[in-house]
Amino acid sequence: MNKIWRELGLTDEEYEKIISILGREPNITELGMYSVMWSEHCSYKNSKPLLKYLPTKGERVIQGPGENAGVLDIGDNLAVVMKIESHNHPSAIEPYQGAATGVGGIIRDIFTMGARPIALLDSLRFGIPDDKRTKYLIENVVAGIADYGNCIGIPTVGGDTYFEESYKGNPLVNAMCVGIVEKDKIKKGIAKGIGNPVMVVGATTGRDGIGGASFASQELSEESEEKRPSVQVGDPFMEKLLLEACLELFETDAVVAIQDMGAAGLTSSSCEMASRGGVGMEIDLDKVPLREEGMTPYEIMLSESQERMLVVVKKGKEEDVQKIFKKWGLNAATIGKITDDGMIRVIKDGKIVAEVPAKSLTEDAPQYVREEEVPKWQEEVKKLDINEVKPPEDMNKVLKDVISSLNIASKEWIYSQYDYMVRTDTVITPGMDAAVVRIKGTRKAIALTTDCNGRYCYLDPYIGSQIAVAEAARNLCMVGAKPIGVTDCLNFGNPEKKEIYWQLKNSIFGIAKACETFQIPVVSGNVSLYNENEGEAIYPTPVIGMAGLIEDVSKICTMDFKKERDVIIILGENKGEIGGSEYLKVCFGMVKGQPPQIDLEKEKRLQELVLKLIDEGLINSSHDISEGGFAAALVESAISGKKGAKISLQTSLRADIELFSESQSRALITVSPEKVDEVLKIAYEHQVPAQKVGVVEGKDIVIDVNGKRIIDLPLEVLEESWRGRIKWEMERN
Amino acid sequence: MKFAVIVFPGSNCDVDCYYAVKDGLGEEVEYVWHQEKNLSKYDVIMLPGGFSYGDYLRAGAIARFSPVMEAVREEAEKGKFIIGICNGFQILTEAGLLPGALRKNEGLKFICKTVSIIVENDETPFTTRLKKGQEILLPIAHGEGNYYVDDKTLKELKENNQIVFRYKENINGSVERIAGVINKKGNVLGMMPHPERAYDSLLGNTDGLYILGSIVDNFVKGGV
Repeated sequence: MNKIWRELGLTDEEYEKIISILGREPNITELGMYSVMWSEHCSYKNSKPLLKYLPTKGERVIQGPGENAGVLDIGDNLAVVMKIESHNHPSAIEPYQGAATGVGGIIRDIFTMGARPIALLDSLRFGIPDDKRTKYLIENVVAGIADYGNCIGIPTVGGDTYFEESYKGNPLVNAMCVGIVEKDKIKKGIAKGIGNPVMVVGATTGRDGIGGASFASQELSEESEEKRPSVQVGDPFMEKLLLEACLELFETDAVVAIQDMGAAGLTSSSCEMASRGGVGMEIDLDKVPLREEGMTPYEIMLSESQERMLVVVKKGKEEDVQKIFKKWGLNAATIGKITDDGMIRVIKDGKIVAEVPAKSLTEDAPQYVREEEVPKWQEEVKKLDINEVKPPEDMNKVLKDVISSLNIASKEWIYSQYDYMVRTDTVITPGMDAAVVRIKGTRKAIALTTDCNGRYCYLDPYIGSQIAVAEAARNLCMVGAKPIGVTDCLNFGNPEKKEIYWQLKNSIFGIAKACETFQIPVVSGNVSLYNENEGEAIYPTPVIGMAGLIEDVSKICTMDFKKERDVIIILGENKGEIGGSEYLKVCFGMVKGQPPQIDLEKEKRLQELVLKLIDEGLINSSHDISEGGFAAALVESAISGKKGAKISLQTSLRADIELFSESQSRALITVSPEKVDEVLKIAYEHQVPAQKVGVVEGKDIVIDVNGKRIIDLPLEVLEESWRGRIKWEMERN
Repeated sequence: MKFAVIVFPGSNCDVDCYYAVKDGLGEEVEYVWHQEKNLSKYDVIMLPGGFSYGDYLRAGAIARFSPVMEAVREEAEKGKFIIGICNGFQILTEAGLLPGALRKNEGLKFICKTVSIIVENDETPFTTRLKKGQEILLPIAHGEGNYYVDDKTLKELKENNQIVFRYKENINGSVERIAGVINKKGNVLGMMPHPERAYDSLLGNTDGLYILGSIVDNFVKGGV
């Protein structure tokens, strides 16, 4: 072997380590197994030393990181299962299948835990859609997500999408799935019971996706196109059958342990389950149902064919399993057994073709603490002289431009391709602050969101990441849900570069600080590094997926204006921050300045206040103030409620900054006139500034600042620009 | 009265139908696996939405061969109420129980949204709670809902008053904006919009109960 390990993504030092573990040179199959298991994608070797800083404990946590998905107790013997995962690299070169299998993979992670998947969310990042390639990526990523989620019948209820130049060559596709399980029916991937049979169920094994995990752990370049065969092919119908068959199987007592065969396929599922249970596993490859002839042990062990599961079954229950899978027209083959020696032993044609300690593939994977350095450009991009930014004359035009910017405009073009209603539990549909999915047979509901402003993280990863957590939590509170858990997807560039490692570290510290302050544990997640194209890294993008609990679904709130004459109140304080804002980008083409500051204690008080106001039924609408500032929030509430607003602001700030500053910890609420005094009193008690700024009225948006009319536009005009922008962008040549 | 919700491999609105009947109408309902050959104990048969067999060939083209479809045909001949929604409608056209075919949406994209539907025929057992010309809101969620019939059949549909629903606006390219049709006998309805997804005020819309409720009213009166 001529340094073949390098081609498989292993370093010389890692190769030496394998030799010392085995006491001999590995054969090609073994080398392949180490190369995928020790890839960043499977081992988190660059991020693990940092991830330990994240808070993962809490009274609701039933399962934290380390399993297929995190699990949170929500009372009534029910638990929420959640996880987010990236499929960035596959989506960059084969967007339709890349995105589709991202969805398929994350769904399997949820039902592997014994849960019925109830919702999907997608956090997407693309370049600006002004070239054919970017449009092709957007078109196909969205179609891939749609076709998979729609076919399998799990509603895609939310997510977030941003368009920035930095994602042009390396789009981000992060898929999140959430499920519900009865607490006593949770399944885990801990192999136990010497002699218990091991079965592979679901689809057959083919040559697709071989080495996908290693490919995901490299930077993208012109040659990446050649890796197209590393991308798996999805079959949502097969997965629907697998889902139903597995849930039916879980009703029996046959299952000891189960794990999805996702990245690194049979290799990862076998060694991870064996390693967790402290046992070994023997696998006979001649018994694996194959899709094509002549597959080598290397190919079978590394295949990432989708829609498969590895199950450890109680001895003697094999036939029960086969019966259920036969009903659904699926394979269920016994391929091996649990052993007591801690080895993964792979047999083909009666001969041992690989034999390695299970734990050496998982726990013994190398870990790297990389060198870090503040990027040289970091201080420079933070500089912003507000006097250089001359306030525009025509503020009507500015408002139109801001609310129709790609990042703020309606994402209807995307989410209307997703079936977000199937299962008839979606109480709050996409396009609002957070999605709400009820749990039939109870009064409870789960609120869900994903958030991350990569631009803020680029300007300051520590603050930007805190804001990502704060905004996710705020979005949940806006609908009346108490945040209970986080699943995070950390998308960064190459960690071997000092500047990138610095971003990653500061971002994780930021998430940790915010989660600790809000007491929201991180229960699962995924790290996606090497997100670079031709040497250029993406904005640091730590996507925060968050779930919130609503005890009584009849008490939720939404952002749309409800009634004429309702009083509009801003909660929180505008500190006049336009660094990193949408306004600065859209009107001046600038991505610079300090991102908004965040005081986590103030943020917490705001969130508690909003939850209390909603719980007591004192407010009629609530909306987070974020990108585009107060003005954008106002227009969004007005459009969704089909009612205008008359606003009068008194401020010491410049009018443009007053309207478009993205200061954190703020919300826009509406209140019936007779309840205003009570709301203001409660806000005062929570030490949250509250300011009456106007009323819901008519069909126009009218804004006076310090007595001067700044904005006067028909809502209809604003709606047209806001609603139509992305469709227009995608359809023009 | 007892509803059957047929479950094909790949059905996914079976749950929606089940709860709309159970919680929306308060009637008895059971899931029926597609291998079942006898449906005589059910009063109403629902063919739900979804992607039977993945719909990889043509929506509904494989499901029509499921053993249960022979039983559906028998019950249809007996005059029992049968409603196919979305994929269920596609299966009924593929099985020849309803005229026409459903093609890919004009815009070639899946569409999920709530749209206005106009009632064309209020004399069917599925529409007696509605008035001709009435506008209701129903969710749609389909990639292949573009209804097609040839001119001759269209003429027949009109003569026999078989067009039951139209979209208010052109949504997916359907011939004459047709959203739902009934067989000549008047007991088999197929429609792309989802009445079973509009049964609960918590979800913001109960217009689907006009249709599902009509079925109950007319069953009590003795059927067709």
